[in-house]
Amino acid sequence: MATLTESPIHSHKRETIDQAVIRFAGDSGDGMQITGNQFTNTVALYGNDLATFPDYPAEIRAPAGTIPGVSGFQIHFGSNQVYTPGDAVDALVAMNPAALKVNLSDLKRNGILILNADSFKETDLRKARMESNPLEDHTLDGYRVFPVDLERLTRAALTELGLDAKSMDRCKNFFALGMCYWLYNRSMDSTFRWLDHKFQGKPLLAEANKLAMRAGYSYCEATEAFQVSYEIPPAKLAPGVYRNLSGNQALAMGFVTASQKSGLSLFLGSYPITPASDILHELSMYKNFGVLTFQAEDEIAAVTSALGAAFSGALAITTTSGPGMSLKSEAMGLAVAVELPMVICDIQRGGPSTGLPTKTEQADLNQALFGRNSEAPIPVLAASTPGDCFWIAFEASRIALKYMVPVIVLSDGYLANGAEPWRIPRLEDIPEIPVQFAADPLTFKPYARDPQTLARPWAIPGTPDLEHRIGGIEKEDGTGNVSYEPLNHEKMVHLRAAKVEAIAQEIPDLVPAGDPDGDLLIVAWGSTYGSITAALGAAREKGHRIGHVHLRHLNPLPRNLGDVMARYRKVLVPEMNLGQLAMVLRAKYLVDVQSYSKVQGRPFKQSEIAAKIEEVLSER
Amino acid sequence: MATTTLPIYTKRDFQTDQEVRWCPGCGDYAILNAVQSVFPELGIPREKFVVVSGIGCSSRFPYYMNTYGFHSIHGRAPAVATGIKIAHPELEVWVATGDGDSLAIGGNHTIHMLRRNVGIKVLMFNNRIYGLTKGQYSPTSEYGKKTKSTPFGSADRPFNPLGLAVGAGTTFVARAVDVFQPHLKEMLKRAAAHSGAAYIEILQNCNIFNDGAWESVTEKESRSEHVVTLEHGKPLVYGKNRDKGIRMNGLDLEVVSLGNGVSEHDLLIHDEHHSNPSYAFALAHMDEMPGFPTPIGILRSWEADRYEDIMAAQVTDVIAKRGPGDIAKLLHAGDTWEVR
Repeated sequence: MATLTESPIHSHKRETIDQAVIRFAGDSGDGMQITGNQFTNTVALYGNDLATFPDYPAEIRAPAGTIPGVSGFQIHFGSNQVYTPGDAVDALVAMNPAALKVNLSDLKRNGILILNADSFKETDLRKARMESNPLEDHTLDGYRVFPVDLERLTRAALTELGLDAKSMDRCKNFFALGMCYWLYNRSMDSTFRWLDHKFQGKPLLAEANKLAMRAGYSYCEATEAFQVSYEIPPAKLAPGVYRNLSGNQALAMGFVTASQKSGLSLFLGSYPITPASDILHELSMYKNFGVLTFQAEDEIAAVTSALGAAFSGALAITTTSGPGMSLKSEAMGLAVAVELPMVICDIQRGGPSTGLPTKTEQADLNQALFGRNSEAPIPVLAASTPGDCFWIAFEASRIALKYMVPVIVLSDGYLANGAEPWRIPRLEDIPEIPVQFAADPLTFKPYARDPQTLARPWAIPGTPDLEHRIGGIEKEDGTGNVSYEPLNHEKMVHLRAAKVEAIAQEIPDLVPAGDPDGDLLIVAWGSTYGSITAALGAAREKGHRIGHVHLRHLNPLPRNLGDVMARYRKVLVPEMNLGQLAMVLRAKYLVDVQSYSKVQGRPFKQSEIAAKIEEVLSER
Repeated sequence: MATTTLPIYTKRDFQTDQEVRWCPGCGDYAILNAVQSVFPELGIPREKFVVVSGIGCSSRFPYYMNTYGFHSIHGRAPAVATGIKIAHPELEVWVATGDGDSLAIGGNHTIHMLRRNVGIKVLMFNNRIYGLTKGQYSPTSEYGKKTKSTPFGSADRPFNPLGLAVGAGTTFVARAVDVFQPHLKEMLKRAAAHSGAAYIEILQNCNIFNDGAWESVTEKESRSEHVVTLEHGKPLVYGKNRDKGIRMNGLDLEVVSLGNGVSEHDLLIHDEHHSNPSYAFALAHMDEMPGFPTPIGILRSWEADRYEDIMAAQVTDVIAKRGPGDIAKLLHAGDTWEVR
């Protein structure tokens, strides 16, 4: 629903719309992530709701201009609630033919296509394996194409500065950014501030990028090329103070907050792995919060050092992705046996094995639930949005400390790198996490149990007269001495399972979004939240009675899940795996749920969920 | 801060009520005895000790020590111990491990812990076999060793544990023998006094699965001919009649008989703190050559910052520069905006 307003100064028209999806695409060396992040920040500050999706190339630096080297950044921003980065793109900025080739299919009909005309020469086309020049062969007739000589124009803007050609060309992404700021009527102020900060020691480069950005903006203003610019008014978000936040950042902040609220020092044992490394980077900056970050020699040292830190009384965490979780299996089993608090974060990515390191997937649920020898149940939590990662980190820490148990947090590449506006909580509103170390030698027994949580006491080294030994061998209930006694083993196996089940006593009952009963219930978890929420509204407007529960607790499951599922005719479970939650629901509740799988390394589109809903409802 | 007088500890204080289950005649009893005799004398409150182990007969050790203990998983004790030490540098962390646990599955964690110089004391019980799993060859078994898994002889050349430790840059490298009790106790005390990482190879006899592996070293009749005890500042002399010595000949060590113009002055004077690791490395490999004795004692001891102290200092430095962390500020970092 657009309204046209005549702009008094220019011959351009300004059209008010309620949302737009922009994708920036280029070589890994073209600065598309920076461009995307800057645009995101600016629209966030303006007050739009937004969701982003950075699409990293698999290779670090593939040959320039080739398909494997294409890096993209997508942002969906609007005046209403934005749940997904957008199914299709309104404006595509393509810095070279390869970027165009990879991304064109997602551009809407009549969408805006800004191309760097300087890079559509013979050699560039060949690198992208294009037979003809799209600027000439009419393949782009269905779009509004704006070929711009980005390199030439950027160089022209920077002639006064005396930089070499390569340095000037590196600023062309800011020319493109300036153009987008004009196109969507946004201020360049926050990007000016960012440039000043980033290039503190190199004012010449700051100046160059600023000039390039201004030139891009002016180019749109001055030329007749763009006849329409767009205004997307701020969204009505709940009152509060907001900031932009990515999932990995949120996890880091959640853990530091849990550390402060519990009074324990935070210890991270970790090993670099895509897409989890940023959590290690982020936490390593928080030394003045007393955070100890240990980049271990491998994934196993990462988790076992964390377990050692837990033994000595720290809030211990380890972060990784799928392959690292596999390596950590044995140590997680040990954590179950010694009943120490620890949080293990799996930022899922495409698998199996090395898989697709920079693409998203949610296929580690089986591994999280079952991936250890013998009966080794572990609570599993999953974040739904980038901002939710903060709360999940906090909740996981709370559960680990209260129940003396390792806890798995599932996130994924899409949440980790995606960003959204996040309402900053007030510290006073975040609960304390009470922690009680054992102190009385007269009553202390290493494997005695709290009647409510079934947790064993936490006696830390350095406490006089509580000396005791823990280990992976089966323990006698109460004393904690090594025991091979058959009935004791059975009792302990049941106790460890019961302890995890006991966590359900604190999980709030599920309240479906949408209709509380009816034709269809969507049960899902993880990053599918956005696509499902976006599709739900439209589907219900057609008159269907549809509910949606999004699970944050995958083990134990919320106690009323079975009851909720019984209130609908059908249950649909969309997952970026081959039906792992679906299998759990079928096994536990004997409900004939329908699984909807997508394993393409990309999130579900809103339209895919919408189509599936129609399909399921039309079946008998 | 109130200071309490340390209780006077005895061996009893470090013994648990658990029945010790090593095979009768196992060398581990002797090691346990030595450790339980030495710990009371170190002037350290008992609650500060943490004994960490992996998997193996060696790794049953924590259950018999009345200290905080963690019987972890195969090969991972150095990593667990590193976590404990970084989180609480004031704890006295000891690792009990074996040739399999430390050098096969645990090889990686061993070298990195030693490289980092985390202040952990490692007691590696080397019996040249896998005892707990009943008799497979280990990374220190000799080439051609016939065992359950190598019935036609092992094709592996063995590791030299102390050479490996020197190569990893370990700041305290020593060898002791399970049945040489006074010397073993002395090594334990020296390791305890050393601030950084300490790696002691303890030659241990598994009388069930590899009896006599160290016979030439321990046999009463022959030991003085086959062992040279390293003492800082003293010449390398050995032999029942103290008539043999080790000297440097160009780049090679050489066994010489004293007398006939060769005196103690010609011999190597042992220097624990020799700056060049090649000296300690040569000592570590000495007994691989025929006719050379096995050196016991401290091959190398030098000072370097402990890893956990460097980590702690960084935290202190950043707090001093930036002030203690403010969570509210952290949450509000970057650009924020308000919706009313």
